[in-house]
Parts: sequence; structure tokens; C-alpha cells
Amino acid sequence: MAKDTPTSSNGIAVDVRGVNKSFGDGAARLHVLKDVSLQALTGEILMLVGPSGCGKTTLLSAIAGTMGVDSGEIDVFGNPLHRMRGGALTRFRAQNIGFIFQQFNLIPTITCAENVSVPLLIRGVSASAAKKKAREVLDAVGMGDRWKDRPGKLSGGQQQRIAIARALVHEPPLVICDEPTAALDAKNGEIVLDLFRQVARAAGRAVIIVTHDNRIFSYADRIARMDDGCIVDVHRTDPREVAHFEHEVPH
Amino acid sequence: MIGLALKMLFGDTAKYLMLVAGLFLATFLIVQQTGVFCGLMRWTTSTLKNVGAPIWVVEERVEQVNETNPLRDTDVARVRSVSEVAWAMPVFSGIQRVRMDNGSFKTIQLVGIDSASLAGAPTRMLEGTLTDLCLPNAVIVDELAVERLSKGRPRPLALGDTFEINDIEARVVGICEAKRSFTGGPYVWTTYERALQYTPPSRKMLSAVIAGPVDGVSVDEAATAIEKATGLKAFVNRDFGENEKDFNSSTIWWYVRNTGIPVSFGTTVVIGLIVGIAIACQTFYAFVLDNLMHLGALKAMGTSSFRLSMMLIVQAFTVGFIGFGLGLAASAMFAAGAIERGQPPVYLPWIIPVATFGVILAICSLAALLGIFRLSRFEPAMVFRA
Repeated sequence: MAKDTPTSSNGIAVDVRGVNKSFGDGAARLHVLKDVSLQALTGEILMLVGPSGCGKTTLLSAIAGTMGVDSGEIDVFGNPLHRMRGGALTRFRAQNIGFIFQQFNLIPTITCAENVSVPLLIRGVSASAAKKKAREVLDAVGMGDRWKDRPGKLSGGQQQRIAIARALVHEPPLVICDEPTAALDAKNGEIVLDLFRQVARAAGRAVIIVTHDNRIFSYADRIARMDDGCIVDVHRTDPREVAHFEHEVPH
Repeated sequence: MIGLALKMLFGDTAKYLMLVAGLFLATFLIVQQTGVFCGLMRWTTSTLKNVGAPIWVVEERVEQVNETNPLRDTDVARVRSVSEVAWAMPVFSGIQRVRMDNGSFKTIQLVGIDSASLAGAPTRMLEGTLTDLCLPNAVIVDELAVERLSKGRPRPLALGDTFEINDIEARVVGICEAKRSFTGGPYVWTTYERALQYTPPSRKMLSAVIAGPVDGVSVDEAATAIEKATGLKAFVNRDFGENEKDFNSSTIWWYVRNTGIPVSFGTTVVIGLIVGIAIACQTFYAFVLDNLMHLGALKAMGTSSFRLSMMLIVQAFTVGFIGFGLGLAASAMFAAGAIERGQPPVYLPWIIPVATFGVILAICSLAALLGIFRLSRFEPAMVFRA
């Protein structure tokens, strides 16, 4: 039976062991993940990098519990995702994972505050309480004065900050980001990455980012390099290089 | 999440209005056309309402009240001789021509009733008295006759005014309330004997015999006894749908089977249904496709498939309720206007809006199911693909 409350006594947030994933059948069968093993630790930003088609997004989807795997095991804060099915997996995602998508996926017909409150509504929090909490988180990401606006009125960087607020509003221990800077210019990219750094520093939280944007590699605590469905190496980044990019988040 | 679903729906103004418009149009077409059809069918039985009698005895091949296969005058006595019959009176019913003051002609529905009993007389007089029908050349006309036969006169037709029926003078001694006839001609009552004078002669002139049962005998039993004793056909005059002996049902079904009226109205109703299905399903499906990435993101973030399905159902049914409400309101306004003017005929029994509501809910369910089916095929992992 899966646990809804995450536990991590050894600092390991995500533990991927021998995961395989294929698409298609017969001659068209594509082996996308090949015996992948990886760990993400609490309090760190782990970046999955590599060329297009190497399996980064598939691995991220498997860790997020939005895609099953053919074999192998995935534990998220000690909860065996590979054994969860249907409603249990859906509830686990709602409770424990914050999502940040490449195209933000903010709902254009509702306000920023309403967008941010969505994860709380999914968890059954009342609309008024969710909106109140959403405004607090919007303040924290420097978007408090835009809570009434619809996403279409905001720049790409501002929309990404709204998406970050949405990913954090229910205080998930794991935040999953897919190409968070792909739609942003360099300046907005740095602002967003600074936010991620603050997010990752929160107690017990892990941030996993899929990217092929080499401008942001230096923000990672560790980088896992993938190629052709395999993890080819995992290495720690140079802290001196990280310090070079750090600056205040504008409000 | 329901509030979120509604905001997503109302936020996409173009598609929301398109959905409401489609369901409004479907509701209006179905209710209005069905209402006019029912009204028209009721008009076919107006003579039965205007000439009130519990039993109508007609020639054995007659299927509906507007069809006249004349009887012999002696048939009145044959019906009276049946022991279950308390009374039986002759009735003449036929379309005749009235010459207007300006020389033009109008058709009327002439009804001749027994002068002694006045059985089959109008039930509600607006001006004049029924007994004046016994005066020379006297006729009682309905309100429509006042409207139709006043053309070319300096003032509307009133008591004491005269006009000609087949070149024979008729004097108005009363104005009554009556249901409109299917042929559009106003009802004019006179005595049976005078009706025969107004009508070009033929060998047999009696249109029907109206009768009533003796105390303690039902109309059905009396009608059966009349048929057995005389060989004529005896219908009972009751509301539509009671049984095969009911003259209202027999008349309406005759028009349904033998005219193109149901096909014509039915075609429009089917078009309304198709328009509703096409617009609602296509637009709602497009709405779901437009929001697929957002709905997929909700799925990835932990919204259950059941909850997402409920969101789509709420969205589809919301536009259904609004479209149906507006369509029904428009139909009611049309009906109110038609009743005020007297035409076209409209009759809206409760079953029409209820059945239409069911049809609209079915359309909305189909639209929601299409969306749910599309969403069910969307894996949450797909939101990670740009």
C-alpha cells in the first residue's frame, strides 16, 4: 500500500533503479530508457541533460508518475511508484509533486490567483482558502500585484513565475520541471532559476529539471547526462560558477 | 473544480455563445414546430369542440369529423330507437360560400342544429341569445366571422347585420366564442332545416347524428349499442388518445396518415435535432481539443479522470440548460404572440417541453461523452511534450 505522506530518512528523494521503457511493437519498437538508475537528493537541484530524443522527458514522466515503465523500480520519498495504479497514483501526484511545464499550461480564461490555486482545489481545499494561499505564494514569487490578471496579459517570464507559484502552492516535496527556460530569454531564465534555487533550499524538497539549455547548467547541484536512453554520467557542478549567476529576485 | 470548469467554459466566449446558440436553435425549432403541429392537429377536431355532444353517429365509412358521407334523415329515428340512447338530433356540417358586401366570397363552416333542442349550439355566447336562432334567416357567428366577414363594410359585423349564403339572406342574431376550424373558415350556426336551404340540394343531406346516453349507461356502451342496432358508426367525443372509438383520435390519426403535415413538421424537427447535435457536439469537441493541454495538465497534477469527466459534463449540461431555457422562452413568446393573433395554431402540452429537454440533455450527454472519450485517450505524460 502506497503512503501518501513522503518519508526520507536517508536524504534520497527519488530513487530510480534499473528502469526500462519502450514504445511501439515489433520492428518499430523503440527502447527509450535502458536500465536507467538515478537518485535525486533532498535539498538539491538535479538537472537531466542531453540531446533531443535521449529519453530525458520520458524519465521525467516516469518519475512524476504520469507514465508507467516496462521494468525497474521508482521510489519517491520511499513510496514505490512502480507498484501504484490508478487512483492511488493520481492522489500521490496531487499530494507530493509540483509540476512546471515547458509551455506553462496556465489556463488562459482564469486569473493568475485562480491558476495558482488549482493544485489546492484538486486536493479539496475550499476556493476561498485556496485563493488566499495562492496570493501568498504569488507574493513570494514577486507576482503579488498581478493576481487579478489573466495569464495572457503577462510576459513569458512572468507566466513562468505564475507556473512556479502553482507548482509550490501545495508545498510538494518534489518539483518536476520540463524545459523551464525554453520559452524564456536569458534574463527571465536567470530570474526563474534563482527562484528554483530558493525552492530547492526549502527543507526536504527536491527539484528535478529536464533541460538542454546549457546556459542554466551552472544552477544545478548535480547534472545527470543522458544519451540514447542511458545515464552516461552524473557529476556535481562547480559552486564558484554558481555564485557567479546568483542575484536578487526582483519584486 | 466545478467553478473552475464553468470559468473555463464562460471564458471562451466564442465557443460558449456558439454552443448556447446551437442548443437554443434546436430547442426553438423542436418546441415551436411540434407546438404548431399539435395546434394544427387540434384545429382538425374543432367541430367536435364547437358542436358539443357525447356521441357522434356517422356513415360507417367515415373516419374523421371533417369527412361527410351523408346519412338518410330516417337515421335520426333509428338512433333514437336504441334503448341506451336518451336523445339523438340531426347535425348538418359543411363548407359554404358567403357573398361579401364588396362582391367577393368567403368560405364558412356552416353548422345546422336541431331548432327545438338546440343540441350542438355554441357553448358561450358573447352577444345575443341562442333562442333567437329560431327567428327567420337567423344565424349565430363566431368572433372570426366578425373579423373575416366585415371586410368591405363600413363597420364590423354586428347583431342585425345581414349577408348572403349561396344567395340566401342570413341575419346575425348572435356572436359566440368558438374554436377555429382547420379550413380557416369561421363557424356559422343556424337551424338544421335552414342549413339545408342554404346548401345546394342533394339526395342525402344529414351529416351526422349527435346523441347522448340514458342515465346509468356509459357513452362507450351507448355507442356500441348504436353500432349494433343501426350498422352506422358511432364515435365518442372525448379527449385525444382515449381509445379507437374516440372521434378526436380518429380524426387526428387520419390527418397524420393521409396528409404530408407530419412529414413537413417532422422534417423541420429532425433538422433542429441535427443542427443541435452537429453544432453542440462539434463545438464542444473543439472546446475540449482547445483545452486538451490544460485538461491534461490538470490530469498530470492529480485530478482524477472521474473529476475531469464531471467537469466536462457540468460544462456540457450548463450550456444545455441555458440553451434550452432561452429556446423555451423564445418558443413561449412565439406561442403567446400566436395565441394573441389567433394563428398560427399552437398547442404546447407539458410533454413537448419535457421531451425537448430530454432531447437537449441527450445532445449534451453525447457532446460530453465525445469530450470524455478524447480526454481519456490523452495520457498525462503528453503534457511534457511541447
